Amino acid sequence: MEAPAMPQSEPATPPAGYLRMASSQFMRHRLQRVSLYVICGIALLALFADFVASDRPIALRFQGELYVCPNLTNPASLRAHDNRRLLDEMGPDDWAVFPLVPWGYNSHDMDAVLAPPSTQHWLGTDSGGRDVFARVVHGSRVSLAVGVLSVIVLVFIGVLLGSVSAYFGGLLDLVLMRIVEIVHAVPTILVLVTMLALIMPTGWKSVVAMMIVIGLVRWTDVARLVRGEILRIRTMQYVEAARALGAGHARILFRHILPNALSPVLVTATFAMASAILLEGALSFLGFGIPEDMASWGGMLNDVRGHTGAWWLAVFPGAAIFLTVTVYNLAGEGLRDAIDPRLRV
Amino acid sequence: MLSYTLRRLLWMVPTLIGITLLCFLLMRMAGNDPILAQFQNPMHRQQISQEAIEQMRKLYDLDKPWYVQYARLVRRLATLDLGTCWQNGRPIVEVIGEALPVTLLLSFLSMILAYLISIPLGVYSAVKQHSLGDRVLTVALFVLYSLPGFWLGTMFIVFLASGKFVVCPWTQDHACFPLQGWHAFEGFERMSAWGKVKDVTWHLVLPVVTLTYPAFAALSRYMRAGMLETLRQDFVRTARAKGLPERTVVFGHALRNSLIPIVTLIGLELPELISGSVIVESIFGVRGMGLVALEAIRMPDYPLVITIVAFTALMTMLGVLMSDLLYAAVDPRIKLGERAG
Repeated sequence: MEAPAMPQSEPATPPAGYLRMASSQFMRHRLQRVSLYVICGIALLALFADFVASDRPIALRFQGELYVCPNLTNPASLRAHDNRRLLDEMGPDDWAVFPLVPWGYNSHDMDAVLAPPSTQHWLGTDSGGRDVFARVVHGSRVSLAVGVLSVIVLVFIGVLLGSVSAYFGGLLDLVLMRIVEIVHAVPTILVLVTMLALIMPTGWKSVVAMMIVIGLVRWTDVARLVRGEILRIRTMQYVEAARALGAGHARILFRHILPNALSPVLVTATFAMASAILLEGALSFLGFGIPEDMASWGGMLNDVRGHTGAWWLAVFPGAAIFLTVTVYNLAGEGLRDAIDPRLRV
Repeated sequence: MLSYTLRRLLWMVPTLIGITLLCFLLMRMAGNDPILAQFQNPMHRQQISQEAIEQMRKLYDLDKPWYVQYARLVRRLATLDLGTCWQNGRPIVEVIGEALPVTLLLSFLSMILAYLISIPLGVYSAVKQHSLGDRVLTVALFVLYSLPGFWLGTMFIVFLASGKFVVCPWTQDHACFPLQGWHAFEGFERMSAWGKVKDVTWHLVLPVVTLTYPAFAALSRYMRAGMLETLRQDFVRTARAKGLPERTVVFGHALRNSLIPIVTLIGLELPELISGSVIVESIFGVRGMGLVALEAIRMPDYPLVITIVAFTALMTMLGVLMSDLLYAAVDPRIKLGERAG
């Protein structure tokens, strides 16, 4: 008896790879394309925040000395000068390239406290005379840092526990899923506020604290998802084949099963990014998150509570959070449609 | 069913122990002495002798090792002998008894509103799929879904309640809505019953809207998806084929079946609602559980914080259990307590 004939005709062009297929699917929708560009734009803004708004020039010749990027290096000899004083004290040979907005995120302009938007301060100032535009620009750093880092933490925990739980099953699975339930039943905001109130972090430590704290309570969705995916994949024939070939647990799990379970995680991670940014905003808004001397969008909104007449304090930082959360959610929706072949029409 | 429910209820005990232990250890790990922290708080500069501090520590078990402390705390929780707040010496039961109805009222109202709005919207969107109305609704719901509640609340305060930008068209002299609280601060007791209802309603408009819209945006999306799926089912086609009017098909056949997943979402929306009410209460100065919890955490008042956390966790778990039971009750195909596959 002859073996059934293999299909003869190879397609002329090799079929597009999974990544190509998914990305072309993603880019097909205008709104999703735009959301991706906005995400990149916000990331660039966060990266180059010091060149957009800073209380030091980008390049400067001052009292016979040349400074390159004092906005980054913050040299000791310039520490007492902000842009305005520099401009006053500059000699005839001196020159400076100022950033787009000559205010830092924490420089107080005491002549303009709670000033409405003007040519001096494009988006107005807060109750400490700090420029709202500069703070919104620098706030993107905190938001993205907290978002990205906490997503890394929660994906790591979720993937690890979810895959171990599904692959080994039994008592371990039972215990881990019970833990998932415990963490899931925890009233998130209250516990986060408790943790942060106790740690009382300052400076960039607060970002680290925030990332760990958010990651620690938000990994359950990823764990459940990964567990479900792996339970589905575990029974597939190629896994059996790998086992028959003598592959160990670690190799089967990490080499054969996990890569196939990860693409839905990408979708969850994108949504988790949006919700982490929201959570950071809410915590800072409640006054428990990022300290006030750092720029964070939620913290800026907190300032409105004592100054309800300052509409610019309410509108702009909030709009920044809204925009960022929206584009991540949009990208997440697009990714889901692009990655999940079952939804493809 | 009964044994399943009992088993789930029993599982709540270790879960609660886990949560309270976690919370307790966190507070212990912070390492600062709560008694000292209270009296070093610049808010109330009180002179207090070392002796009095020692006495207070004894009273609150702070001189004992952590497991004894925790065990006593659990015993207090279990016997509902909750003790008094550190802050003002009032019984915790009394403080919670005052705050809980406010939060429940807020959550209950917004839950009902969310369902009342989202079900018709979802049905409309699904029945008129790809129409202009559907597309506009989908985008609007997506935008609402991403809108931060604390921002919307702040915007409400600034533009509708501060009275500085929008002057109320019907009263002319002050803001459309009150700035703080869930009832008038002065003269509330003297109001007639109807006056009280009116006053509370007027105070709760902004908080309830702020609390409702995330749930309603999510629910509408689920409703639309569920309805779309049901409309594609064979039995709907059969109903149409045998000549039933479209109204009967949509409302009698499709709607009733797609309500199942929506009803069960109540339990899953509950944690969201609790988180949301913390923020909303804080923005609008409504003294519910959320605001009390925030104050307790600021103090820090260990017994009060742990009581509230345990309580909200219990509520969440009961909500999830309720939604699972509801799921089985409305859908006879689902058998609870039997392990699948």
